[in-house]
Amino acid sequence: MAYLELQNLHRDFGTVKALDGIEIELGEGEFLSLLGPSGCGKTTALRLVAGFDRPNAGAIVVDGKDMTRVPPNKRDMGMVFQAYSLFPNMTARDNVGFGLRIRGKKRGDRHGRVAELLELVGLGHAGDRYPHQLSGGMQQRVALARALAIEPRVLLLDEPLSALDAKVRVQLREEIRRIQLELGITTLYVTHDQEEALSISDHVAVMYGGRIEQMGSPAEMYSAPATPFVAEFIGTMNRLEGTVVEGGVEHAGITLEVAAVRGRPRGTRVLVLVRPETVIVDRVDGGAAANTLVGDVVTQTFLGPVTRLKILGEGVDVIADVPTQKALALPVGTKVAAMLPAEDARVLELSDEPLPEIAEEPAPAGR
Amino acid sequence: MRKRIAPSAVVWLLVAAAYFFIPLLATLLFSLKKVQTGNCCTLASYGTIVHDHQFWVTIKLSSILALETIAICLALFVPTIYLVHLKMPKLRPVLAFLALIPFVVPPIVMVVGLLNFYKGAPIWFYDQPWGFLATAYVILAFPYMFFSLDAGFRSIDVHTLTEASQNLGANWATTLVKVILPNIRAAALAGSFLTLAIVMGEFTIASLSAFHTFPIYIQSVNESQAYPAAAVTLMSFGITWAAMLSLLLVGRKRGTRAAILTGAR
Repeated sequence: MAYLELQNLHRDFGTVKALDGIEIELGEGEFLSLLGPSGCGKTTALRLVAGFDRPNAGAIVVDGKDMTRVPPNKRDMGMVFQAYSLFPNMTARDNVGFGLRIRGKKRGDRHGRVAELLELVGLGHAGDRYPHQLSGGMQQRVALARALAIEPRVLLLDEPLSALDAKVRVQLREEIRRIQLELGITTLYVTHDQEEALSISDHVAVMYGGRIEQMGSPAEMYSAPATPFVAEFIGTMNRLEGTVVEGGVEHAGITLEVAAVRGRPRGTRVLVLVRPETVIVDRVDGGAAANTLVGDVVTQTFLGPVTRLKILGEGVDVIADVPTQKALALPVGTKVAAMLPAEDARVLELSDEPLPEIAEEPAPAGR
Repeated sequence: MRKRIAPSAVVWLLVAAAYFFIPLLATLLFSLKKVQTGNCCTLASYGTIVHDHQFWVTIKLSSILALETIAICLALFVPTIYLVHLKMPKLRPVLAFLALIPFVVPPIVMVVGLLNFYKGAPIWFYDQPWGFLATAYVILAFPYMFFSLDAGFRSIDVHTLTEASQNLGANWATTLVKVILPNIRAAALAGSFLTLAIVMGEFTIASLSAFHTFPIYIQSVNESQAYPAAAVTLMSFGITWAAMLSLLLVGRKRGTRAAILTGAR
């Protein structure tokens, strides 16, 4: 049985549907990331679970108990906020012990537990420091320890790393996962960073327009996106629009052999999805091979072990990741042939609705 | 590294200091003159004041009134401004506008209005300084308290702190007392200082509503005895500063917002 259930949750703000009937079931001890661009409803969902807001319809059930109308201070949900939320008038130790003090725990028990948690987050030495004496990363560690101190039913993390610099972010996300696994605590994590979500979660739910577009394991989300939006949002993807014809999909005047299109009626408009790392790029020499689009390299972006090439031609717009060594032989301006894999490409049927644009996530407010 | 102060800055500082200290010094010298000869120096004027029973009665009344006004203001405005910041931010400009009214309405108009308004009030309220006068002083102190507290609330993330506290199990009262208040302590103190200064010096309302407060006493001394008047003026100055200092000492605590605002040292 699911431990945390969000049942058909709706939340409207005036005419805006922030949540439009989301359904989530999460087992005990599992880690789910809600991933999506800003305004997709992920933080609204988290705030409903925390009790800071009430849904217009639907229910939140934890361990079989309906929590929808329970006030936030009676829910036992530990939350780490995006903004630095430590109480400035208390030391790290007092911050962590605050929830225990509210629960009337004796001083001795409290001190033991607080010391244990500060050790767990690697800040055993910093208990006497005030928040303004701690770095951003340290403050979020204390906030994590504070949320864990009350032994919450569910741990809620609302973009806790977005105000931190890149290196600390990676370090801390790994620690969050280690601690979550160590304590076996059911966790709901909100982020707009797909790399973060894919790297630490058991399950990822991609949200868009107040709905869950797809939910699955990180590997499933990457390799088998169910909607054009998910395909676009998770990783980088070539999206080639075309029409189903005999033997494949017609795109840019040539017929691409795509295994996944078999069995679809001719004339269907489809989107062929190809990951850049599966595209094979070579200089054009002589006759055109099968499944090959021809164009010029217009940009090269160095990404370390691979270099990303943007290839533009007549009706052709493809990006390909090639080994950096190989990219040296394909400078900007080179005419190249990009061969798309027949087996690895995925196909989605196109509806008449325009493809969603992914909004740029605003820079987090660093406070 | 210690910054060097420019000579022009020193000159301006000295001019400003002179502006404030010369009248004080003149008053001090005047208060030390002998009543009979007009020559320096004697503490007789101070002796006259200290031995005057009315001095002690009025200073006690004004001090109690000041503390009462501060207590009412804090009890009334801290939760109100907290809720406005948290739940009704659109009301903030309305409150800010209302807070300007005591500045704009002349005290004479206010006291006439208040006397008429409270005419039907019970005698224990209307006839007592801790009833009528304290109410009037709360209105007078409203702008000072509001703008101080408002600045305090704006310097903290009220939403996140409140939600963090509730999330850990605290109710509204606990959140206000344990989390919000300690973090706006500096602002509450600033508002309290200003309120104290207003009550210790307010003349018009007390005079027109016929309550014998400390400023009324100063005025009566001033009318009859020139040298003791200077002495009592200086004493009131000293007493107000001492009261502020004691408020500061009572309100100060390690790790307050004030310390945070001035940065880690």
